[in-house]
Amino acid sequence: MTATLEADAPAPAGEIPSFTVTMRVRRFNPEVSEEATWEDFTVEAHGTDRVLDALHKIKWDMDGSLTFRRSCAHGICGSDAMRINGRNRLACKTLLKDVNPDKPITVEPIKGLPVVKDLVVDMEPFFASYREIMPFLITTGNEPSKERYQSPEDRARFDDTTKCILCAACTSSCPVFWTDGQYFGPAAIVNAHRFIFDSRDEGGSQRLEILNDKEGVWRCRTTFNCTEACPRGIEVTKAIQEVKRAMITRAF
Amino acid sequence: MQTHQYDVVIVGAGGAGMRAALESSKEARTAVISKLYPTRSHTGAAQGGMAAALANVEDDNWEWHTFDTVKGGDYLVDQDAAEILAKEAIESVLDLERMGLPFNRTPEGKIDQRRFGGHTRDHGQSAVRRACYAADRTGHMILQTLYQNCVKQDVEFFNEFYVLDLITDHDLTTEQIAEGEEVNATGVVAYDLATGEIHVFQAKAIIFATGGAGKIFKTTSNAHTLTGDGMALAYRRGLPLEDMEFFQFHPTGLAGLGILLSEAARGEGGILRNSEGERFMERYAPTIKDLAPRDIVARSMANEVREGRGAGPNKDYVLLDLTHLEPAHIDAKLPDITEFARTYLGIEPYTEPVPVYPTAHYAMGGVPTNVKGEVLRDGVNVVKGLYAAGEVACVSVHGSNRLGTNSLLDINVFGKRSGRAAAEYARTASFHELPEDPTVRVIAQLDEMRNRPDGERVADIRKALQETMDLNAQVFRTGDSLNEALADIRELQKRYRNASVQDKGKLFNTDLLEAIELGFLLDIAEVTVVAAINRKESRGGHYREDYPNRDDAHYMLHTMAYRRPPEASDQAEGHIEGYFDHVEEFDGYKVVLGSKPVIQTRYEPMERKY
Repeated sequence: MTATLEADAPAPAGEIPSFTVTMRVRRFNPEVSEEATWEDFTVEAHGTDRVLDALHKIKWDMDGSLTFRRSCAHGICGSDAMRINGRNRLACKTLLKDVNPDKPITVEPIKGLPVVKDLVVDMEPFFASYREIMPFLITTGNEPSKERYQSPEDRARFDDTTKCILCAACTSSCPVFWTDGQYFGPAAIVNAHRFIFDSRDEGGSQRLEILNDKEGVWRCRTTFNCTEACPRGIEVTKAIQEVKRAMITRAF
Repeated sequence: MQTHQYDVVIVGAGGAGMRAALESSKEARTAVISKLYPTRSHTGAAQGGMAAALANVEDDNWEWHTFDTVKGGDYLVDQDAAEILAKEAIESVLDLERMGLPFNRTPEGKIDQRRFGGHTRDHGQSAVRRACYAADRTGHMILQTLYQNCVKQDVEFFNEFYVLDLITDHDLTTEQIAEGEEVNATGVVAYDLATGEIHVFQAKAIIFATGGAGKIFKTTSNAHTLTGDGMALAYRRGLPLEDMEFFQFHPTGLAGLGILLSEAARGEGGILRNSEGERFMERYAPTIKDLAPRDIVARSMANEVREGRGAGPNKDYVLLDLTHLEPAHIDAKLPDITEFARTYLGIEPYTEPVPVYPTAHYAMGGVPTNVKGEVLRDGVNVVKGLYAAGEVACVSVHGSNRLGTNSLLDINVFGKRSGRAAAEYARTASFHELPEDPTVRVIAQLDEMRNRPDGERVADIRKALQETMDLNAQVFRTGDSLNEALADIRELQKRYRNASVQDKGKLFNTDLLEAIELGFLLDIAEVTVVAAINRKESRGGHYREDYPNRDDAHYMLHTMAYRRPPEASDQAEGHIEGYFDHVEEFDGYKVVLGSKPVIQTRYEPMERKY
């Protein structure tokens, strides 16, 4: 099934016409079968519909058993990272028209984490790596009675990595992570970066020690998959490089 | 079935829930139960800032903030609570900074502050820079920082667990509670989405922090998961809901999608235009135009569309025009808005105006609490061991219209307060016995839903509900439109009994949970509309075209809505003949309305002019 423009209902000028699209979804339900299979659904879509809208149409109008996570539906909560046409994206931020609806659009769970059901994966290993890098401000001495001061320049130093929404699009796009689930993965390193380069933080050395582990930053092969996958536009590979450099120079 | 015992159980892991957890877990054995992973909560979608009179950039004090909050809420605010909110705002912001929140900074390195709607210097003299912010991602930073500190404190989470029942030692739906007798909350029943197992949590203290109910409307800035669970559970167990008729419609949602575009767009010079290119706000608010309060702007926009001056092929939105602003200025000040418009509508805001329409945003009402976060079971008495904080609660610091940046503040101030109060209570309280089988209602409900013969689709009923709410209970309301909404809701409640799910499995059955959530939505929509029918005046977010004026003589009172059995009295506490006396009979129960006085301390109600 390929997309066809509706010839009899011309769209008003400037409007993107409706179209039909085939969603080819990876299905897996361990209560039914140990095997994952592909299933095609044909969906009527509006011009500005996102992949999440198409999945909702399937779930709400065709097959209620289709299972995926979602919440905010505008790219902030990080629930719906999926592999769409072979690339990690957020379903709620990916417009159908932008991923070639002329051909079937494939939707699979993100890779490297155990699949629970359909597009849902077990996120626990991902969050476990995150928790291991001590993702919180570490300070010594007494709490100040007012705020800690920080210059705008110091604040800007780690701005990029504060944008992370923990969607796992980066980590689950990393070939090293696919073959070695013990690797901390880009997201954990991004969140370490967020604190290592925060001028208020005093736990940088501890975090670098953790990331100097054999499953730490040195596993990164600089393939840039993570940077391409990040729906928040974080320069993930650059952040990892900065952590590597800090490890050598101990300057941060 | 598994049974757990904790001193404090917190339901919900957004800003209020995690802020409470950071307090209570220091003192008491605490569990946080959340239907989402904590970082998925909708606190993360907040953009603008968090108000606190730090006076870092200009003269300010918490008394001015209190006044603005009271006036912004059209005087339906409990003034003692507003004073606490404004006073404790300062420490709440400093708490977050000490926890690591990356606020934007002034050149000297202090927390920077900016202007926001309704926040003024010296009781309305001029706008004041009171909102502490982190770019246009303040909510994201708050949610992340709170979660980070929960990791640091090793807070115990039960993620993707849906709380489906609240257990109390008296049945408040039917029992008359004798004067002086205690009612205790004893536990909650939860459903583990991953396994389908039922878990019972026995607790000395329970905090509801489950957020809002924006999904009763079609056009909303709220997440799919904001289905009013906590409000509906309390209501079903016989607890009142307060001021549910007051729902805030944010003026600038992306048309057709409802995704929020911050008020900052107009603060930076953006202009609203109709299909004729006219700056229509000049007609509605000649002095402050596009920067009028949210309720006025939302009504003006809706009126333009209704009178045929909407833009677009269906004339169903207006335009937010930023094209006269320098692209560099837009990039520096409004990066998220530009990205949303480009991603979702394919609009380039440098050169094209952005289609916008009011979007259901925030429930001012909710589960009534006192200033310690304790949940009220009537106008005066509390349920021992039960607390609520955040959007699920009504303290009431927002009255009939919340000011921007006061919600991120609310979750921090009252999250912290309820967490402390719950832990303190748990220190001396003992566990109360649970009923012999506390899961009986939940299991029956789930089994019944799972085993129904093939019937109607849940999504069809939900869509019809959202459509009637948008059509009949949105920015403009009349007695007729509200009664139409109520008739539709009753019809949908009947249809809901025959709705079925297709997924009959145990593992990760989101089909089943969406069906349960629809039940919550129907309850919340019903009580919202019934309270709106009763309130024959216009105040803040509740605008009745058939009663366009504020009526302090009769309606300077909080609405208290109770669900009661059909044989119960029609007169709830605070019943006032002719004003707070509305009763709606449904199949098997009725909604009874009473009232609760508004607490006034230092501010006399005045006409609300800006």
